Amino acid sequence: MATVMRFVNRSTLNLAMGQQHLAFHSAAKAGLRAGQALPEKVKIVEVGPRDGLQNEKTIVPTETKIHLIDMLSDSGLKAIEATSFVSPKWVPQMADQLEVMKGIRRKPGVSYPVLTPNLKGFQAALKAGASEVAIFGAASELFSKKNINCSVDESLQRFDEVMKAAKEAGVPVRGYVSCVLGCPYEGEVAPEKVAHVAKRLYSMGCYEISLGDTIGVGNPGSMSEMLQAVSREVPVSALAVHCHDTYGQALANILVALQMGISVVDSSIAGLGGCPYAQGASGNVATEDVVYMLHGLGIQTGVDLSKLMDAGAFICRTINRKTNSKVAQATCKL
Amino acid sequence: MGNVPTTVKHCLSYEQVIQDYPWLRRWLLEEKTITGHEYPEFVKIVEVGPRDGLQNEKEIVPTRVKIQLIDMLSGTGLPVIEATSFVSSKWVPQMADHTDVLRGIQRAPHVQYPVLTPNMQGFQDAVAAGATEVAVFGSASESFSKKNINCSIDESMLRFEEVINAAKERQIPVRGYVSCVVGCPHEGHIEPSKVAEVAKRLYEMGCYEVSLGDTIGVGTPGSMFKMLQSVMKEVPTSALAVHCHDTYGQALPNILTALQMGVCVVDSAVAGLGGCPYAQGSSGNVSTEDVLYMLHGMGIETGVNLAKVIEAGDFICRALCCKTNSRVAQASSRTL
Repeated sequence: MATVMRFVNRSTLNLAMGQQHLAFHSAAKAGLRAGQALPEKVKIVEVGPRDGLQNEKTIVPTETKIHLIDMLSDSGLKAIEATSFVSPKWVPQMADQLEVMKGIRRKPGVSYPVLTPNLKGFQAALKAGASEVAIFGAASELFSKKNINCSVDESLQRFDEVMKAAKEAGVPVRGYVSCVLGCPYEGEVAPEKVAHVAKRLYSMGCYEISLGDTIGVGNPGSMSEMLQAVSREVPVSALAVHCHDTYGQALANILVALQMGISVVDSSIAGLGGCPYAQGASGNVATEDVVYMLHGLGIQTGVDLSKLMDAGAFICRTINRKTNSKVAQATCKL
Repeated sequence: MGNVPTTVKHCLSYEQVIQDYPWLRRWLLEEKTITGHEYPEFVKIVEVGPRDGLQNEKEIVPTRVKIQLIDMLSGTGLPVIEATSFVSSKWVPQMADHTDVLRGIQRAPHVQYPVLTPNMQGFQDAVAAGATEVAVFGSASESFSKKNINCSIDESMLRFEEVINAAKERQIPVRGYVSCVVGCPHEGHIEPSKVAEVAKRLYEMGCYEVSLGDTIGVGTPGSMFKMLQSVMKEVPTSALAVHCHDTYGQALPNILTALQMGVCVVDSAVAGLGGCPYAQGSSGNVSTEDVLYMLHGMGIETGVNLAKVIEAGDFICRALCCKTNSRVAQASSRTL
């Protein structure tokens, strides 16, 4: 009843003008929210050459990887995850880590982070000329145990060593949190747990924390809730989102993240990298589709979409695979 | 109640307020808030797979398959299922069996089965076949109108006026569609004011709802927002629907933007049936399964059972020997 009273009082002037005016008033209010301040610029972190190719069935030849990274460098991307210094025993697709690092043409102003799961990997990366590294924690205990055979706390302790060494070497470290919106083993993941892990990585010294919806189950509702919890512990300017498109929700989730102040988005050229938990389903969101949306919103990325699409076409041709990018599918057939 | 002023009367009786201002009910529904954004509590899904979807498939689908699809969809909780189109079979051979389909389906109570009626002939045939709701479609682009239905927007509106008037006489509700609302394959950019003008005409002629279609899927949340802002100045939000195509992967963020602006009716097609006739091999309609996944995840009610829609999608894809366009269906069938 109180709502009715408030409403009727508020709109006594409008009542005379009828339904249309009221609709406009509400629309303007809602419209403001829908069109509320989005970041002017968004940094895209291209994870195709690492996260993408790591999850592809075919093992890609070194010169293909190098050529892909060089094409991506030319497209205007400012961060390209080049490779991973994990033991080739675990990740054979990344066995050529040294050759890739030495072979790529590094564009000035572009960073080429590499994954370093432990001190040994970090040292190898440094030797290979890496100037930025990345570490990763999980928001789910079960996922951590099944993926890297230790608890979340234990994994963060391992990374302490890497952090110390990186600080000494003056090398920035990016942190990843996986399973932020759901876990293939645990199911639901509490936003507070995500916030806890993100905060730890940030206080350990990571300059940026990328929040990964590893199995793509997130939706705009769960994304907002999780970001609300995390942004209470870590400044929004240090957060990134890494959305998977397994259930087609990635772009909607990214939009909501942008509306909450996030200005760093991970994506993968041609949507490389399927989902290891839902065989045949898609994984990473396609960089082309993300850039299309951002440019449509008037947000600057510094990326040339047509050069990006060239890189996507190249890698799909070479590994004989159809692109997962809808923009690429649509554009090449007009 | 004698000389008691209206506001006092309203203070004393909520029922009286609603009786005097029936449109207030919509605004008094509790709005769902997710971090600063208000979303509708309930979204009506208009399932266009059997018409818009199948019409754009290359293969002509047998009548019994269409009927079975619609019957399966009728059991999912979908409130509206666009059944067929009373267009001349010369132009749209896939819909030649319109009368048989409409007569053959098992109509579920509380479900609407609108049919497309581009002109009086189509309308009369539809009524003869038992149609209880019809739809007309205009374009926001002159070139698209000329190339698609061989007349200008104004001429098409005159045709629709005939249909709408005839429908009014029989108390048959009419839904209006506007195509090319954020881009045209021939003209490119479309002015939001033009979309608003066409939507307004359809609404004022008597369409109870106007569905705004991103026909070639080029829209993004940016262009969607501008277009809706313009249309909402002329047509009440409660009478608007969005019909997004996923050709560039933008459908879900576009729908999300529309929801944030108060739109609460969304068109979609089971399994994302219906490719894009303007970008061969590309996807067209957004898939109902993916839309439902998003809405349900956000706590928005639709009354629809997602699992049953996935089943209907599986059925039609098997029948058409094609892969589903729905990511949710792809993931659900393969989860380890």
